[in-house]
Amino acid sequence: MIVDSAPSFDIREYLRLEMMPHFLCPGCGHGIALRALLWAIHELGIDKDKLAVVSGIGCAGRLSAYIDANTFHVTHGRPLAYATGLALARPDLHVVVITGDGDCLAIGGNHLIHACRRNLKLTCLMLNNEIYGMTGGQVSPTTSETMLTSTTPLGNAEPNFDACALAAAAGASFVGREGTRHVPKLKELIRAGLEHPGFAFVEVLSDCTEIFGRKNELGSSAEMVLRQKSELRPSAYRDTVDTPFRSNEMPTGILTKTERPEYGAAYRKAAAAQRAGKAAANKGGA
Amino acid sequence: MNAIEQAIAPKARLRLISGNHACALGAVAAGCRFFAGYPITPSSEVAERLARLLPQVDGVFVQMEDEIASIAAVIGASMGGVKALTATSGPGFSLKQENIGYAAGAEIPCVIVNVMRGGPSTGMPTRPAQGDIMQSRWGSHGDYPMIVLAPASVREIYDETIRAFALAETLRTPVVVLYDQVIAQLTETVDLGDTEDLARTERKWASGSRADYQPYATGADAIPAMSRPGAGYRVHTTGLNHAENGFPTQHPEVVARNLGRLLTKFEKHRDAIDSWQTIACDDAEVLIVAIGISARAATRAVELCRARGVRAGLFRPITLWPFPETALREAAARVRAVLVPEMNAGQMSLEVERILGGKRVDAIHRYNGEPITPAEIAERAESLAKAVVAKGKSK
Repeated sequence: MIVDSAPSFDIREYLRLEMMPHFLCPGCGHGIALRALLWAIHELGIDKDKLAVVSGIGCAGRLSAYIDANTFHVTHGRPLAYATGLALARPDLHVVVITGDGDCLAIGGNHLIHACRRNLKLTCLMLNNEIYGMTGGQVSPTTSETMLTSTTPLGNAEPNFDACALAAAAGASFVGREGTRHVPKLKELIRAGLEHPGFAFVEVLSDCTEIFGRKNELGSSAEMVLRQKSELRPSAYRDTVDTPFRSNEMPTGILTKTERPEYGAAYRKAAAAQRAGKAAANKGGA
Repeated sequence: MNAIEQAIAPKARLRLISGNHACALGAVAAGCRFFAGYPITPSSEVAERLARLLPQVDGVFVQMEDEIASIAAVIGASMGGVKALTATSGPGFSLKQENIGYAAGAEIPCVIVNVMRGGPSTGMPTRPAQGDIMQSRWGSHGDYPMIVLAPASVREIYDETIRAFALAETLRTPVVVLYDQVIAQLTETVDLGDTEDLARTERKWASGSRADYQPYATGADAIPAMSRPGAGYRVHTTGLNHAENGFPTQHPEVVARNLGRLLTKFEKHRDAIDSWQTIACDDAEVLIVAIGISARAATRAVELCRARGVRAGLFRPITLWPFPETALREAAARVRAVLVPEMNAGQMSLEVERILGGKRVDAIHRYNGEPITPAEIAERAESLAKAVVAKGKSK
């Protein structure tokens, strides 16, 4: 049932084929995440002309260039801030942010927590591959403890973020997580995020096989995908699952879903009410 | 209503407002419908005014989580086709620089107000300075073009804010409106009545078929037409060096061609960009070059000099960058020396020296938070005039 729309979904209708071949490494999960996103967009019938994709810097940031839509590849860490301006100025557009774990949680962490709090209608897709892949494999805020990276030759000694717990704690009205291991489920989650009338944060567990996997001897891309559920990303904080650090068992699916006033609509409503009040007052006064 | 307001009330066109207030009114008059900002002294009044004004005209005001987010949201709104403004001061201006470079490189129109206060770092938040003259031109990394306007009165802030939007939109560039704390928080009576019918300048929008559209291809004007999201063009915008089709490239010829076009795109539009004021330059022996509050002191200094028989003149760049160098050369053609009073450790004087190569350029550099007085400028101009006359006689 979950794959009903697959026969009608031709990903080529949503890609800029002139940009192929893409630049992702063999085994990278980002292409799978992109497919799930475009599949969800297809199912919802979102008009490509009304679709705006804003992405940051890094491997995830490069994905926007492949999408046949209004695409904006902006500065490192700032796609949510750019998207906030775009979505506020153009409520008729469907705005999607594609970001990575470094882009979203390190350099852009401030924008994430405030986007969660503000609840402007945006869908934020954070592709978490535990590494700065574009720059050659440095430690990121989601790199699991003890893992080797080019800047943690002794093994990572920092605890890693649980991005979903962070987003929920910051007030996000929709939070979900899924891995590239199950594309239809990932598509369903992204679709639910796109349909959510507010800020939706979707974490996608995506594997960096060429750099992170190779460095840590995690096996083939297939083996890495199989580890997504529980074996990968251990944390010393597994006993304190309520803190914004990863537990060993990562919950997937929709983790938070609440109804809150959408910021843009609420702002415009208040502004319209004030204008109407002034107009009425002017009429009465005249 | 205070006594002054009562006195001017019958003259409905007159308003008693601050420079920052005038900036907000100018933005709305220019068609600005989006503001994102972050509180910072001494520019916050621009945000506070627009928080009230924009909802009245179906615009959007948003206070962002930091300075970087503010400029990013402004560029994002402009990508959506809406005229957008942010306002800040020194520390915030520093934080915005990377994204100002993005707007310059991707050619996204926007206006950034920078109210100059003491620096470096946190400096003196409530004191005036003119220390961001070079930063406003060169603050972001790499090579890029920039327009900076430097108004010197409340009314001129209003006018130059409107002109900033016109230049930003028509030339597809960020434009900085640069003024100091004194001008920002000075309250003056201004007549805004004759500006109500000001034509709003609109962006050059793409037309024609998608197949024929190249987002960074241009005609002779060197300015690419922008596509509005939703209009069917579905283009890619990036801070990476890009080809005419908007997609990243590292091809040396393509980069050189496109970056070369970007760096020289103002050349054919200097008539619209350049703006300056001259006072008593025709027979001047000493030319004072100044902006902002220093130019206002210099205006009085010219009068003081003339009363003492010293023929002083003033050249005031209103467009600070690109520097109106042809006009400066003309104004300085017959003078014997130049004096640059500025509230920093030496910035505009370097540019004046460069333009007037060989001419004697003295400067008053003040960075203690106290404006330079007319008497100080007049005294220096007078001694400079005597020195060059004496030097001329000794030859």
